[in-house]
Amino acid sequence: MNVTTKQLTKEFPRKSGGSNRFTALQPLDFTLESGKLTVLMGRSGSGKSTLLNLLAGLMHPTAGTVMVGETDLYAMPDRELSAFRNQHISVIPQGQTAIYSLNVLENVLLPITLNGTAGTSEIAYAKQLLEQLGIAELADVQPSELSGGELRRMAIARAFVRRPEIILADEPTADLDDENTKIVFESLKSAAHNGAAVLMVTHENGAEQYADRLCVMKSGVLTDAEE
Amino acid sequence: MRQNLAVRNLKAKPVRTGILILLTALLSLMICGGTLLVASMRSGLASLEARLGADIMVVPYEAKTKSNLENIVLQGNPGYFYMPVERYEKIASLDGIAQISAQFYLASASSGCCSIPVQIIGFDPETDFTITPWIRRSYAKQLQTGDIVVGNDLNAFVGDTLQFYGVNCHVAAKLDKTGTYYDSAVFTSVETIRQLIASSLEKGMNDFSDIDPQSVVSTVLINVAEGYSTEEVMNDINIHVKKVKAVQTKEMISGISASLKGTSDLIGVLIVVVWGLGVVILLLAFSMSVNERKREFAALRVIGASQRNLASLVMQEAVLSGLAGAVCGTVIAVMGITAFHTAIEEQLGLPFLMPSLGKQMLTSIISIAAVLVAGTAAAAVSAYRISRIDTALILRGEQ
Ligand SMILES: Nc1ncnc2c1ncn2[C@@H]1O[C@H](COP(=O)(O)OP(=O)(O)O)[C@@H](O)[C@H]1O
Ligand SMILES: [Mg+2]
Repeated sequence: MNVTTKQLTKEFPRKSGGSNRFTALQPLDFTLESGKLTVLMGRSGSGKSTLLNLLAGLMHPTAGTVMVGETDLYAMPDRELSAFRNQHISVIPQGQTAIYSLNVLENVLLPITLNGTAGTSEIAYAKQLLEQLGIAELADVQPSELSGGELRRMAIARAFVRRPEIILADEPTADLDDENTKIVFESLKSAAHNGAAVLMVTHENGAEQYADRLCVMKSGVLTDAEE
Repeated sequence: MRQNLAVRNLKAKPVRTGILILLTALLSLMICGGTLLVASMRSGLASLEARLGADIMVVPYEAKTKSNLENIVLQGNPGYFYMPVERYEKIASLDGIAQISAQFYLASASSGCCSIPVQIIGFDPETDFTITPWIRRSYAKQLQTGDIVVGNDLNAFVGDTLQFYGVNCHVAAKLDKTGTYYDSAVFTSVETIRQLIASSLEKGMNDFSDIDPQSVVSTVLINVAEGYSTEEVMNDINIHVKKVKAVQTKEMISGISASLKGTSDLIGVLIVVVWGLGVVILLLAFSMSVNERKREFAALRVIGASQRNLASLVMQEAVLSGLAGAVCGTVIAVMGITAFHTAIEEQLGLPFLMPSLGKQMLTSIISIAAVLVAGTAAAAVSAYRISRIDTALILRGEQ
């Protein structure tokens, strides 16, 4: 499934107050294509996370639409939108997103167990993901005992566990070493080549070489990078 | 899983969960315990009223001082007084009397002649309307001379023989619990008690040395006929019959009613205060518990939990901890009152009769329900707030 935006715009009220509004995302027509890894770069504060949250259905736009396949994300009531996100869109947000009462494996399986139960093949796949990301031996450990990099890899495994059609990763390698960064880039790339539409926001040098499409965000305006 | 997640969240924070359970336990302990206490005092009073069972009680003038009368009739301190039977006959001849029966008091001594020190109450099976209906519940046959019926608290059983002033008495029945001093009294027919009085005189152990046991009564109980008012009949007796005092039984127990009201009002105020504070603390506790997990709730949104899912997770945690606490508190209240009701009774100085098991169950269930309603209402505020969080904004913040 492609994700297509039409005149997608986001404004925020200025922190200093007043009626002054500031545009974090200028009206954008954009398609995130399936089968491709799209890498989005740009300065801090340029609006990358804002776009990613809008595509994920996590932030209502000021104007414009987000279509995922045939589905207009923001035309759905919360319940449907949440269920849709659970089934089709995986987000790897910035920062830690662990559920501290569950162990690592349970955290990874949570997208499945949220509305059902995990089958043996799903559990096996979750363990395989932990293996790929080098944290298989932490499956039964509580998140409070994990380092930042391990927590991040847990979040990545959780994003992959439903074999989603859309993956939106916001600086997924921020606290990873070179080796793990490479593993994450490669798994995102292979997910894309298996048919997913993948957007990766990153600062990482060298990310360009994995990109099927490279975009740059500057002051709320998205452009394709010139080769 | 979402149900499971609530359980897991509660288990992961044992201290916080413990405080929630303790709080809700306290609430249910208060409401269930308080309700049972008041209900027990009410049924104790009702039972006392039923045992007195008459509109008017007439006593000899000498016994009229209220404290003396209350001591014997209401508090059950063994005691006795007598008046000539002619006064009974005079009263019986007055207008407005539907039922009339005499009672006969004797206190057994604490040593020597008697097995146990108790109040002995004699009644006339021919005319009695207060004690007989109650005895019937445990003993259907006519009492023979020498038969006695014992109150529930006495350490005597059917078939035992007890000795009073040298006379052997046969325990024919044991009465149901009333929660009043009647539980530690002995009842017998007029013939038997006259024998006992005579025997106490012979042994020189009666304070009234110059009475003829055959021609005295202690009290006269009266039910007023329809068309007459209790005051009217009472005044009539006080005017026309010399050396007696007629009192309204309602008035006699008015002291007890008043202190029952005082005690139940106090319990009511206590419940309101504890509940007021408890609900405020619960509100804060849920709000804190949800606030410190904001990021987890945001993470759940990212994974695809709906606003409803988040609210229901908070509510499930509240219901589970509330239920655990409410059940604990209720069980403690019921068991505590059951175990210590004699001590409570002595402390309160009021008649005390535990409600039936069915009523105890009903009270428990209502208490648990009330605590659940209060707990979920307190949690609902936090549940609503957390369901409205701005996920993107929370994820931007520092972890
Ligand atoms: N919830 C919000 N409220 C107010 N301003 C916001 C909010 N989210 C983002 N912004 C602002 O929008 C701009 C873009 O932010 P963001 O998309 O996070 O940038 P990036 O991810 O590229 O670093 C920033 O100036 C930021 O301060
Ligand atoms: Mg960002």
